[in-house]
Amino acid sequence: MVDHERLRRTMMFIPGNNPAMIKDAYIYGCDSIMFDLEDSVSPFEKDAARSLVFHALTTVDYGMKEKVVRVNALDTPVGIADLEAMVRAHVDVIRLPKTEKPEDIVFCDEQVTRIEKEIGLKVGTTGLMAAIESAKGVLNAPAIAVASNRLIGIALGAEDYVTDMKTTRSPEGTELFFARSMILHAARAAGIAALDTVYSDVNNEEGFRKEVTLIKQLGFDGKSIINPRQIAPVVEIFTPTAKEIEKAQAVMAAIEEAHKKGSGVISLKGKMVDRPIVLRAERTLKLAKAAKVLK
Amino acid sequence: MESLKRIPHIEEFKDELHGIFDESRVNKSYLTRAEQETKRSKVVPSLEEAIRLSGLKDGMTISFHHHFRNGDYVVNMVMDTIARMGIKHLTLAASSLIDIHKPLIGHIRNGVVSRIETSGIRGGLGEAISHGLMETPVIFRSHGGRAAAIESGELKIDVAFLGAPSCDVFGNANGYSRDNDKGVTCGSIGYAKMDAQYADKVVIITDNIVPYPNVPFGIPENDVDYIVKVDAIGDSQGIMSGATRYTKNPKELMIAETASEVIEASGLFKEGFSIQMGSGGASLAVARFLREKMLRENIRASFALGGITGQIVELFQEGLVKKILDVQSFDLDAANSLKNNRMHQQISASYYASPNNVGSACNQLDFVILSALEVDVAFNVNVLVGSDGVIRGAIGGHQDTAAGAAISIITCPLTRGRIATVVDKVNCKVTPGSTVDVVVTDQGVAVNPSRPELRQRLIDAGIHVVDIQELRHKAERIVGHPLPIQYTDQIVGIVTYRDGSVIDLVRGVKEMDED
Repeated sequence: MVDHERLRRTMMFIPGNNPAMIKDAYIYGCDSIMFDLEDSVSPFEKDAARSLVFHALTTVDYGMKEKVVRVNALDTPVGIADLEAMVRAHVDVIRLPKTEKPEDIVFCDEQVTRIEKEIGLKVGTTGLMAAIESAKGVLNAPAIAVASNRLIGIALGAEDYVTDMKTTRSPEGTELFFARSMILHAARAAGIAALDTVYSDVNNEEGFRKEVTLIKQLGFDGKSIINPRQIAPVVEIFTPTAKEIEKAQAVMAAIEEAHKKGSGVISLKGKMVDRPIVLRAERTLKLAKAAKVLK
Repeated sequence: MESLKRIPHIEEFKDELHGIFDESRVNKSYLTRAEQETKRSKVVPSLEEAIRLSGLKDGMTISFHHHFRNGDYVVNMVMDTIARMGIKHLTLAASSLIDIHKPLIGHIRNGVVSRIETSGIRGGLGEAISHGLMETPVIFRSHGGRAAAIESGELKIDVAFLGAPSCDVFGNANGYSRDNDKGVTCGSIGYAKMDAQYADKVVIITDNIVPYPNVPFGIPENDVDYIVKVDAIGDSQGIMSGATRYTKNPKELMIAETASEVIEASGLFKEGFSIQMGSGGASLAVARFLREKMLRENIRASFALGGITGQIVELFQEGLVKKILDVQSFDLDAANSLKNNRMHQQISASYYASPNNVGSACNQLDFVILSALEVDVAFNVNVLVGSDGVIRGAIGGHQDTAAGAAISIITCPLTRGRIATVVDKVNCKVTPGSTVDVVVTDQGVAVNPSRPELRQRLIDAGIHVVDIQELRHKAERIVGHPLPIQYTDQIVGIVTYRDGSVIDLVRGVKEMDED
């Protein structure tokens, strides 16, 4: 079944036509590997890339990594062929590009359901995520986010979005503020993940760190990345500080204490611990464990 | 003076005395220093004249250093001249041979060179030798092994031709100059120091004659017989780049980071530790990750050894490395540091790595980071022969430092393209597995079973430790099992261990079928 709980701090794009990168994409410690059949593959190589990724998914042991494939748009024959192959390869998640309206997701869900039935896979096994890359998509984000139970998250695709908005990307990301906020609200209201766009200047680590710090503070679950060198900074920024971990552990200890006493009211240092504090503490500890700063 | 016969026991040491002092034989020099420079200069008019004066004859052994790397003009210049003079059947004993020395193929075919001793061969020459160019196999020695063979006389050099970026007219020579910036720079000339000290005749070839005394010097004047001034001894671009850059390859960075974690967890990462790092991608990048750990833990290294790069110089300038022992400078930053820093010391190959020298600097190492073309399940390492069976590498200081360092760490990717790096049996055994402690790959770290305590420490630190067999299986699962290389019966190379014993033989490779 679709995993809504797992961490997706780093979702790494791997070009679907690059065997060298495909064969050991799992060694770098990203949370999800996103094999790309769309923009990084030229129209002449679509079939070869699809075949390559299919065989990789059915041959290489990617361990515990989440396997995502970005397929081509489903209004093209290539897109449907991608879907047919990837569901058959038991991919964890299909990433649908350029989602503009809930119907796009509904159509994709129907197709995936059909294929799952055809191959005898339990219906609902394959997850979906929607990339929102236009003004229309951003405005429809709340409806898109609830269009299918298969959706694990929605992601911003900023390059196409800024073009649609008749602007360009700036270091500060001012032009993305509305889209990011919209996608976050839509995702949170639907109870799914919100995932931020790529940062393409791989050699500008300082700029990358600034952007990751910003989107973490906004509330995003993670970020699409395009190079293994971007993993460590994201993990570092998403890892709670020792003080935050300590506080979270104290909250969890207070809950345990209250349970032992049979008390419904949880208090810590004389202050009441309410539900948001508990949820935050749980997430802090989950992030700390994922970053191996807590066993 | 009385007769010497009156000295008790004179017969025991009369050969040590040269008769009775004779005032008329005294040679008082009235030459001024300026006059000395012109009248007593060792500079001869041409390379041909120097070769003639050196007494070089058929069948002798000549030597070269490889401090000019792929920018070297000296070997080809000297060999062309020797060939023109009609001298034949020479043994060429270079500290290493590189792509630029491909013209040697012609000199081998014409019988000018009939034997080669070297640390390694790269490029077209290696290809040709692997395809049966020479009747007599090449002898490969490590840098320490070569130093020992020279010291013991097993490798007797008749004439050494040593390129030097600076030299005064009496022969004080070095890899840089404090007097001017006219010539090329190569930093340390540590390998050439051996040849200069032990060869019967030494010819310095320079493009930069500097005022006497050329101090500091790598080679002292008393080791030098003749000096030749030429227009150019090398191409500065090929000799060294401005600064060796850190790799941006994510896999190499990951391997480097893991290697630095191995060092930190090893139990020897303490104040005053010592280290050697190579110039290759992953091995060089270890410096960057180690630096962060040294700053965090407030630990400084007592010295860094070996081929020196700008990255090591940076650690030195930050005070994280107290001293540098430099047998070979890999980039301009390293060369400039050698020139300007008192605690950055030029050393010879013997000081670096000779097994005859108990105090060898390589024996003082806590850690060495090395690379590999292949590692096998017995931890044997090949750095000499490619996956196609062709000679395309160099032993360098690999055997020496692996044996000398308390912990030797090999860094390599599990596979390169479609070729496995971790194999069942190396194509050529260069460094014995008994001297290799840790193998760091992108898919896990293997520890030699002879080091269980080290293995446990790494596991305790959370490092992904796996059995070397597991790495082997993983590699095979990714790239499959290649067909064996087709070798000929001809032995084209003799690989010696640092003690001079034969550790492996290199066979010729068959021509690939066209279809």
